[in-house]
Amino acid sequence: MPDIVIIGAGPAGIRAAETLAEQRLPVTLVDEGERGGGQIYRRQPAGFRRSYASLYGSEAGKAKALHDTFDRLKARIDYRPNTLAWNIADNVLHTVTGAVARRLRFDAAILATGATDRLIPVDGWTTPGVYSLGAAQIALKAQACAIGGAVVFMGTGPLLYLVACQYVKAGARVAAVLDTSPLSARHQALPRLLTSRPGLALRGLRLILQLRSAGIPVETGITPLAIANDGANVTGLRYRSSSGEIEELACDAVGLGYHLRPETQLADLAGCALSFDETSRLWLPKTDPDGRASVAGLYLAGDGARIAGADAAEISGRLAAYAVLADLGHGVPESKRRALHRAARRLERFRLALAQAFPWPHWLAGEIADEVLVCRCEKISAGELRHAATTLGAAELNRAKAFSRVGMGRCQGRYCGTIAAEIVAATCGRPVDGVGRLRGQAPVKPLPLATTAEEAA
Amino acid sequence: MSEKADVLIIGGGLMGAASAFFLRQRGLSVLLVEHDRIGQQASGVNFGNVRRHGRPAEQMELSNRAHEIWTKLPALVGEDCEFLRTGHLRVGYHEADEEALADYASSVRDFGLGLEILGRKALNERFSQVSEKVKVASFSPYCAHANPRITAPAFGRAAARLGAKIFEQTICESFGRAGADFEIHTRDGRRFQAATLLLTCGAWTGAMAAQFGETVPLAVRGPQMGVTEPMPYALKPVIGVFTEKLEQMIYLRQIKRGNVVFGGGGRGPASTATRRASVDPTITLNQFRQLRELVPALGRLRLIRVWSGVESYLPDDRPVMGESAAVPGLFYAFGFCGHGFQLGPGVGATMAELIATGRTSIPIAPYTIGRFGSGQGTERSSSRRLH
Ligand SMILES: Cc1cc2nc3c(=O)[nH]c(=O)nc-3n(C[C@H](O)[C@H](O)[C@H](O)COP(=O)(O)OP(=O)(O)OC[C@H]3O[C@@H](n4cnc5c(N)ncnc54)[C@H](O)[C@@H]3O)c2cc1C
Ligand SMILES: Cc1cc2nc3c(=O)[nH]c(=O)nc-3n(C[C@H](O)[C@H](O)[C@H](O)COP(=O)(O)OP(=O)(O)OC[C@H]3O[C@@H](n4cnc5c(N)ncnc54)[C@H](O)[C@@H]3O)c2cc1C
Repeated sequence: MPDIVIIGAGPAGIRAAETLAEQRLPVTLVDEGERGGGQIYRRQPAGFRRSYASLYGSEAGKAKALHDTFDRLKARIDYRPNTLAWNIADNVLHTVTGAVARRLRFDAAILATGATDRLIPVDGWTTPGVYSLGAAQIALKAQACAIGGAVVFMGTGPLLYLVACQYVKAGARVAAVLDTSPLSARHQALPRLLTSRPGLALRGLRLILQLRSAGIPVETGITPLAIANDGANVTGLRYRSSSGEIEELACDAVGLGYHLRPETQLADLAGCALSFDETSRLWLPKTDPDGRASVAGLYLAGDGARIAGADAAEISGRLAAYAVLADLGHGVPESKRRALHRAARRLERFRLALAQAFPWPHWLAGEIADEVLVCRCEKISAGELRHAATTLGAAELNRAKAFSRVGMGRCQGRYCGTIAAEIVAATCGRPVDGVGRLRGQAPVKPLPLATTAEEAA
Repeated sequence: MSEKADVLIIGGGLMGAASAFFLRQRGLSVLLVEHDRIGQQASGVNFGNVRRHGRPAEQMELSNRAHEIWTKLPALVGEDCEFLRTGHLRVGYHEADEEALADYASSVRDFGLGLEILGRKALNERFSQVSEKVKVASFSPYCAHANPRITAPAFGRAAARLGAKIFEQTICESFGRAGADFEIHTRDGRRFQAATLLLTCGAWTGAMAAQFGETVPLAVRGPQMGVTEPMPYALKPVIGVFTEKLEQMIYLRQIKRGNVVFGGGGRGPASTATRRASVDPTITLNQFRQLRELVPALGRLRLIRVWSGVESYLPDDRPVMGESAAVPGLFYAFGFCGHGFQLGPGVGATMAELIATGRTSIPIAPYTIGRFGSGQGTERSSSRRLH
């Protein structure tokens, strides 16, 4: 029997596991979280009793379907929660559960590792009270807490409006929603949004209307300037409006986020080729339409391959499982596969249209003041990074990291890497793909030194 | 058109960059050709130990020459490269190690290391972080550590300020002759000439020396490194274990920002073709165990990054330094067997002295390439390809 391992129990990983288990293939599913479900369908901790409708809104049906599938599946697969995949090489996945390290040999591995917030620093962003959009949502979903009593959501992307609405619905006070994308971009993208996924596009428009009818100021085309604080906590926010006025707002918390970035470190460590995606300005693992990576035996699915949302994640999870089946010599239902491809192409059109409607505001890289921290872990400012790029001649990102320490801390550049690349590129006047990307290094996340290898079985 | 100077250096690691600097100080014109960026290979990714302690007496004069230069970096190259004189502690887990540590101390007693042998009581008083399992230690107060990522580039910039011409992202592909001069051809079709050629290409020099008829048994491996998240600065000296058992070998240092850098416990595969070295996760986990054994408090930290680097080793644990035994005007400095970082500035000064004056004020005879018995070879053809 072949050994198949899936990393990530979100929509992509669960659908992949389900598809393989249906063929009675043994599957090991590894997830660092305590409960399966992934990000969008994150489960509340044991003991919390909110309904699906209150937790997942319009997506309640999908959430329930996925959770039910997963609960049935658990008995039929080797599911390992609380297990971090910290390294991968030569067809071995290295995991750690608690303080016990294990090696999992595999013939096929599906990386369904999802995404994290993509951030852009602004003066004051390290003040207590500033959260990423994702963290603001997790506080609500997992703990039923709001991040503050008067919250501004700032950034761009669909999650900006979604989280703001979720806060309003939960009874929290939202002081404003500030979007860096110009309204014109949204107007231009609207036809493509509506033709590729009319239902979802309308739901997005409804979110904005809901915010407006709740009396919440929603602004587009803004430039963030500073998050004000009284030395301890957030007290307000300063930005430039689309018409060029300097505006100030009082608030006690800020949810900040500019789309998501895929968790590609495992793919990188496994030696998979990555290529630069012009639309998102991100380095994404190269795959064929079924999710096969450039390295034999490795497959990618979900947001970890490209940020296309939960429905696309479920589809790509199934497709990756089909690819594994085909490569292991099993039959694959061709008509189903073709239908999934058709759906995936439609969702890909939507992804591209969304990126047009809410462009990643790379132009802000030039606006970040020299004193502002770029790398929170190592406390490195934009000025220090620019110094490395110019005076020390580091016009390449890994070189700039070596000289300035940007990306050398606990997060290993997962949060600062994409904006650091933009800053180096803007400073040196080079295209961002020309400055390269931070090379992945194990461990994927911090690994306790208390970890011991499992006794050789 | 080809560039021409007195000395052409191939390879911009610490050896090449420091040689360029000291050659310029002696007034020779210098071209330095580097495949990628100055100090991005072994010189930029090493552990950062600036240690004389533990080196054989035979190497001590070279090591002392380097030691002198390390303490003067701000005056010489304009920055201190995070050189921190913290001392180096070599610890043994067995009472019996005391004799060996004392023997070593007497073997290098003339070289000013100032070694002290410490028993359990002194360890408790002075280095209480180390485990009770450590029975004896040798302390070298003047040893230090520094930041490898910035050291070779600092020498490179200083050399450039003195007028050395540095060509980064320039790959030496083959050797030839232009009259009496050496001429190298680069992958992008450029030519560089000089009467004197210095090869400082680390692990890559083996293939080059072979082109000149001098084969050396150079092994290429990668020492295994890791770094933890920061904790308050508390561990001053660099600490290394004195042992015959490979799996027990561990060394660590804490930098002022608080992170603990460590290495040891075997070497992983490294490749001159891919220019990368990989980390074996099994070694990482064994390092954890050894770190907990040595400094139990480290067990509360987390690892944030591992790495390795392409390093070259010779069977007698000595580098190659000096003039070619086969080709006049050709010089080598490579194969530093995992401890070239400390030596680097001294190697640069010594190679510059040798090239400029024809002799050295410290002995380097043990490092001749001729010791491998292949020095009889002569140049075989006027053009040799490397790749
Ligand atoms: C914070 C956040 C909030 C989001 N909210 C929404 C939302 O409200 N609506 C929406 O449409 N989309 C949302 N998204 C986008 C969402 O990620 C996708 O729509 C969907 O969840 C993607 O599914 P997936 O299976 O690809 O990844 P995920 O659902 O993210 O699942 C990935 C899983 O992999 C696990 N994992 C990752 N790396 C490792 C590792 N090294 N070892 C072990 N396990 C690992 C993670 O624990 C996680 O459970 C959100 C994303 C984030 C990051
Ligand atoms: C992980 C690790 C840890 C170490 N720890 C320590 C320590 O703590 N203390 C210590 O003293 N030593 C240590 N060392 C050893 C030390 O780093 C090396 O001995 C030293 O840096 C060697 O310097 P170098 O200039 O000879 O080689 P390198 O730094 O490897 O430089 C060689 C240069 O030649 C270039 N080159 C190669 N081929 C070509 C070509 N065809 N054309 C142009 N250029 C070319 C390469 O790109 C490279 O930049 C360690 C080494 C490693 C890898």
